[in-house]
Order: sequence, then structure tokens, then C-alpha cells
Amino acid sequence: MATARDYDDIPGTYVFDGRRSQQGYRLNMFCMSLNDEANRERFRTDEAAYLDGFDLTPQQRRAVLERDWLGLLQLGGNIYYTFKLAILDGLSMQDVGGAMSGVTGAEFNQMMIDGGRSIEGNRRIDESAATHGSSGHTS
Amino acid sequence: MTTVVGGIGTSHVPAVGAAIDNGKQEERYWRPYFDKIRPAREWMAAEQPDVCIIVYNDHASAFSLRLIPTFALGVAAEFQPADEGYGRRQVPVVQGHPELAWHLAESLIGDEFDITIVNEMDVDHGLTVPLSVMYGEPETWPCQVIPICVNVIQYPPPSGKRCLSLGRAIRRALDSYEGSDAEGLRVAVFGTGGMSHQLQGERAGLVNPAFDTAFMDDLIAEPDAGSLRPHTDYIREAGSEGIELVMWLVMRGVLDDQVDEVFRMNHVPTSNTSNGLLILQNARDV
Repeated sequence: MATARDYDDIPGTYVFDGRRSQQGYRLNMFCMSLNDEANRERFRTDEAAYLDGFDLTPQQRRAVLERDWLGLLQLGGNIYYTFKLAILDGLSMQDVGGAMSGVTGAEFNQMMIDGGRSIEGNRRIDESAATHGSSGHTS
Repeated sequence: MTTVVGGIGTSHVPAVGAAIDNGKQEERYWRPYFDKIRPAREWMAAEQPDVCIIVYNDHASAFSLRLIPTFALGVAAEFQPADEGYGRRQVPVVQGHPELAWHLAESLIGDEFDITIVNEMDVDHGLTVPLSVMYGEPETWPCQVIPICVNVIQYPPPSGKRCLSLGRAIRRALDSYEGSDAEGLRVAVFGTGGMSHQLQGERAGLVNPAFDTAFMDDLIAEPDAGSLRPHTDYIREAGSEGIELVMWLVMRGVLDDQVDEVFRMNHVPTSNTSNGLLILQNARDV
């Protein structure tokens, strides 16, 4: 991805801009197809065969099959689209939030009850790295 | 000419809809939120708007990446609740107001807001949860609804300034409406989404109640200055999904320059979101 944007220094955040939309179009449209119950049933029956209809990259295909929630974003997925796959699995937004940030769904839910993830130390990658020792890079 | 009874800013968290649909309002997790919003429901019951213009965003339901209108106006007589992956939400069908909606289309486009006109559109939690927040679980929704759908998912969304201007253009349209039911028609406008939240990435779970308070303060007192906030500020300070708050500026634009704050609530968390609810009315002493 060539052109830098002023939001590229926000840690752990995949802004769904034109760069990501191009990368993830087919992946997201696969997720979109899960709005239809007949498609959900076909996917449940044979995930691999269903995915054959969507021309995904091998990496995207693997991320779908392995339910790699963070990887799906890194491969151009948009959370509102990829969450349709989580709905199919019976997962909550806390489960997926936990999976993307390295904790369990229950731990994530408790973090929210305790006031959520603080903005302090999470505005920019450099301060985030200084605070948490984690880069949370966005590209 | 219509009467603008007020503007409502509210989050549209799917889990709130699910809590209502599944009778969880009295559970320990949910009760504080539903207790806090009770005065807002009482206000709504007292004001009885005939029409609610609901500014919301579609979440890969009626629209997808295939077609991405920045602003879209629903002119249909009814709108079905969408299947977002769970099956359709079991809430009443949303009744439209085609006569006023078509007047909005003509007036807005004449006013250089080239809005997309939509005849068939299912409506998702972005629209139906705000109705549930304000009305609970009626047999039928007690108002007609005009959906105005804003793209905030495919970056870039419209600017805050553009959203505020759209609201003002909607107000001019409401003021010039001469339809068959125009006399005394009571209209409320919703700006939905937000407040601070981030659903995605390693930073998921970010909330920033200080930002939310400042956003509401600016919205009330200095909407023009507040409308200039850059998108990156929303993403950085309020989370990637906090940028939905630009839709509250559409609501604000429909109201007079001077407004009274009728009700304000902020509650953390509902699901992964800082949940806000704000009611404004045109200032009485102007």
C-alpha cells in the first residue's frame, strides 16, 4: 500500500479505505452472501466448496476457514462484513474483540464493564509501543 | 409547514435491540442502561411525533461494497427489517411517508444535495434499534419513518460540515412542505450511531467518554465549529466506529441555531460501545 495517510499511525486500527476495499472486495462480498439463509446453509454444509464460488486469495480462504479474525482484517476484511461469519458461528462481538486483541471473550467483556480500553497510551503507535511494548501496526 | 418537535442523538447498538427482543432489560448488565433512558421514552410518549426522520447507516444489509451511496433517502411506503445474518429482527415493519419523502428528495436536490433515492430497502439495526430505544416494544411503530442512510463504513464518510449542511437543507424542506397532511405535522429527527467505540483490530474495545462529553457539548453550543473536526480525530480519539457520530450533525442541522438540552445520558458499556442518548429542542426563548 503506497500512499501514507495521517491515520496510519493509529495503533491496532485498520481503516477501511480504498486500499483495503480493493484488497478485500471479494472477501467482503463472500461475507455479505451470508445475509441469506440459503447461503448460510450451503456454507455450513461444505465451507470449502462454498468458498470456491468467491475467487478469494489463498490467504483469505485460509483466514476464513481458520476463523482468523485479525488476519481477515489484515487481508482487506471489514469488521461489519467479517462479523457475519462470527454470527454464523454463534460468536459475540466480545468474542471477536477478544480474539483480535489477544484475550478471551469473557476477559474482553470484563474489560468493557470496567470502562473499556483507555485512550491513554493508545492514540499513536509510538506511545502505544512505549506503554505496552506492542507495536499494533496497521499495515 | 411542519413542526420540528426535537432532535434525538442515540447509539444504535445491536445488543440493545437483542436485549429488548429477548426480555433482558431487568438483568444486571442491562438494567442501569434501561433505567437511565426512561425519561427519554417519557419525552417521546409526550411529544408523539407523526414522522421520524432517522439518519443512520446501513451495515452491509441493504447496501454492500457493490454500491455505496454517500447519502440515500428511502421513499417507500414500508421498509422490512433486514436479515443481517441472524434472520430478520422480529420488530414491526417500518411504515414510510412517501409524500414527505418525495418532497424531501425534490427540495434537497433543488438545494444541491444530490441524494440517492431508494424505493426498495430493508432497514437494519441502525434504524430499528433507535426506534426500540425510544418506543420499547409496541405492536406497531407509532410513527411513520423516513430513512436517511449515510455511508460511514467505506472510508471516507461525508465530512461533518457536509452532514450539518444536509440537516439544514432537510430543515428548509420541512419548512416548505405543503403536502396533504402538512398542517401541524409533527416531525422528530434522529441522528444515530456512536458514541466512541472501536469494534476492530488490536485496539478493539476503545471508548473515550471524555470525547463523548465534549462532542455533545460542541454539538449543542458550537455545531459549526464542531462540524470541522477532521475524520482522523474521530478515528483516533473515538475509535474507528466512533466516526458514526458525524450522523448526529445531520440531526443538529435540522434544529435551530439555539437549542435547549432536554435530556442527556451516557452509559459504558453496552456491548463494545459507549452508549449515548441526547434530546434537543429548538430554544423556547428565540
